[in-house]
Amino acid sequence: MLEIKNLHVKLEEEDKVILKGVNLTIEPGTVHAIMGPNGSGKSTLSYVLAGRDGYEVTDGSASLEGEDLLTMEPEERAAAGLFLAFQYPVEIPGVGNMTFLRTALNAQRKARGEAELSAGDFLKLARSTAASLKIDADMMKRPVNVGFSGGEKKRNEIMQMALLQPKMCVLDETDSGLDVDAMKLVSEGVNALRDAGRSFLVITHYQRLLDHIKPDVVHIMADGRIIQTGGPELALEVENNGYADLLAGGK
Amino acid sequence: MGALVEAKQAALAALLAGLGDMPAFAGAARAAALARVQGQGLPVKRDEYWRYSDPSRLTTPQAKAGVAVEDAGFEGIDALRIVFVDGVFDAGASDDLGSAGVEITLLSKAGGDHWAGADFGVLEAEGQVPVARPLAGLNTAFAAEGVLIRATGAASRPVALVHRQTRADSDVMLHHVIRVEEGASLTLLESGTGGARFNHVAEVLVGEGAAFHHIRVQGRDEARAALTHLFARVGAEGLFKSFTLTMNGSLTRNEAILTLAGDDGVAHVAGAAIGDGAFHHDDTVFVTHQALRCESRQVYKKVLKGGAVGVFQGKILVKQGAQKTDGYQISQSLLLDDDSQFLAKPELEIYADDVKCSHGSTSGAIDETALFYLQSRGVPEPVARHLLILAFLADAMAEIEDEAIAEHLGSLLRRWQGMAED
Ligand SMILES: Nc1ncnc2c1ncn2[C@@H]1O[C@H](COP(=O)(O)OP(=O)(O)OP(=O)(O)O)[C@@H](O)[C@H]1O
Ligand SMILES: [Mg+2]
Repeated sequence: MLEIKNLHVKLEEEDKVILKGVNLTIEPGTVHAIMGPNGSGKSTLSYVLAGRDGYEVTDGSASLEGEDLLTMEPEERAAAGLFLAFQYPVEIPGVGNMTFLRTALNAQRKARGEAELSAGDFLKLARSTAASLKIDADMMKRPVNVGFSGGEKKRNEIMQMALLQPKMCVLDETDSGLDVDAMKLVSEGVNALRDAGRSFLVITHYQRLLDHIKPDVVHIMADGRIIQTGGPELALEVENNGYADLLAGGK
Repeated sequence: MGALVEAKQAALAALLAGLGDMPAFAGAARAAALARVQGQGLPVKRDEYWRYSDPSRLTTPQAKAGVAVEDAGFEGIDALRIVFVDGVFDAGASDDLGSAGVEITLLSKAGGDHWAGADFGVLEAEGQVPVARPLAGLNTAFAAEGVLIRATGAASRPVALVHRQTRADSDVMLHHVIRVEEGASLTLLESGTGGARFNHVAEVLVGEGAAFHHIRVQGRDEARAALTHLFARVGAEGLFKSFTLTMNGSLTRNEAILTLAGDDGVAHVAGAAIGDGAFHHDDTVFVTHQALRCESRQVYKKVLKGGAVGVFQGKILVKQGAQKTDGYQISQSLLLDDDSQFLAKPELEIYADDVKCSHGSTSGAIDETALFYLQSRGVPEPVARHLLILAFLADAMAEIEDEAIAEHLGSLLRRWQGMAED
């Protein structure tokens, strides 16, 4: 599904190198988790995959189902099936949630050569998707993320994901800011989407999310590299012992 | 100083030489206006009030030729249409003037005993203090055409003034007087270029408990030079709302001079302007509060690119005794590149102690984070930009109360910005 090879990334404006050779292969239908200390480059990896400005890829490649991601515009990556649930979802005053979602969904469908959804069909779909994540209709009418609580923003990200039905979902600390019930709700939302044709890359600091969304593979990222890869037990080790041993072993 | 006065007088003499005789209707008001203008001279760039906008294109004897443009004129909106072609009334293209439930007379047809004889030029004359507005005075003196509208009840449909331009060098002056009597209501729509040069004055009297809505679309020609003056006096519990959408035009100055004269009156003026390249757009507003508990709002938004210039000069004057005044003013620009600029001069002058007045002015760029967020969900960049521009304009557009008209303007904006209709 997703194949990242020897990815090197620096900041465009500064001589600061953030990713120093990331290798990662995610098979269709699998869930991978990435853990790692603050500042190790996890969000940067997700932004570079999604196509955010400000980063320069100096070496390596990233492809989605064999297609080179790095030469595509962010909207093309989305249409190709990539989705990033932001660590910090963005507030956009003046742009209504519904307008935004409908524009996004129909633009993706159009880019893939599929028929656009009518206003009525879209409304039905959006309502039922929102309801499944206990997002009330009132919130949907508001501008994108404006006035949403931290947890509501995160739920809204998953709601967008459920609506857009991407193939490759990258979740950047979707669990942070969620209360216990919301965490369950969000996890159920994610698990409901799990199928043979869809993969997940879950970035998190805590084992708890991985209790709900059981990963197939766990990676540890440190200083711009993946220094260790293992099964779910690796997350438990981090939970119990922190990163000290892993970092020492990785060097 | 001597040189400035001389320049102003020389400009006036040159312009007057090219103008014909003053029309007969409201002769006394016209003569008084001309005398005033002769004392003032014409505006020049060195005038403080014209500091940010060069008036020379408005004061030359001949209008600079511009491109004639089509105007659809609020297509699809039910309204009584009054069409002016290069400033001349076009009876064939206009609707029956009696079909909106209000009294309408063409200025050129008004006789000596017409009701508007008492109102013509009055608000314009009052609006000359404390700032001279010579080109409005000149309009009062010489404008030969316009509409005189009196509403005594609720108008059955809006009245739409459609300003068409067919000649590249048309130099147009129109002067309207609108009386919305006690408890009556009227919506006035305006659209089109009108002329290569357009000097437009409207005097609006909003009676006690009356409501007046004005929605205007200017654009989207490149070469137009336009100066409009909207003078209004709002009576007790009266409501006045004016919104203008502007797209392009090399020089546009829209002045609004509003007086809240009766207690509990409301006056809102708003504008949304989008300009690219040789675009200069100036909103100059003067709101006077002279009664109790009145509310005024000024909401101006400009989207500028390619070296476009936006200007806002807005003043709220609260006179002694105008207690419980609620005055608000915001002017904002969205600069799409580094070449464009926004010049703002917000002013408050307050002589009452129990008032609430606020003003703010900002300039900013497109929020790149928001842009990326939209794109990351699959929204193509041009559409994402368009959504963010609409979001920026939203507070101004929200001043349009009528949903169908607001939707019409929204679709115009989409078309102007090259967005497909949905
Ligand atoms: N635009 C930027 N300008 C300056 N520094 C940046 C920028 N983007 C990332 N960095 C730096 O790159 C490093 C990696 O940041 P990143 O956000 O990817 O870390 P992270 O692993 O997601 O951390 P966290 O767990 O705290 O979310 C950090 O040192 C950060 O300060
Ligand atoms: Mg991060």
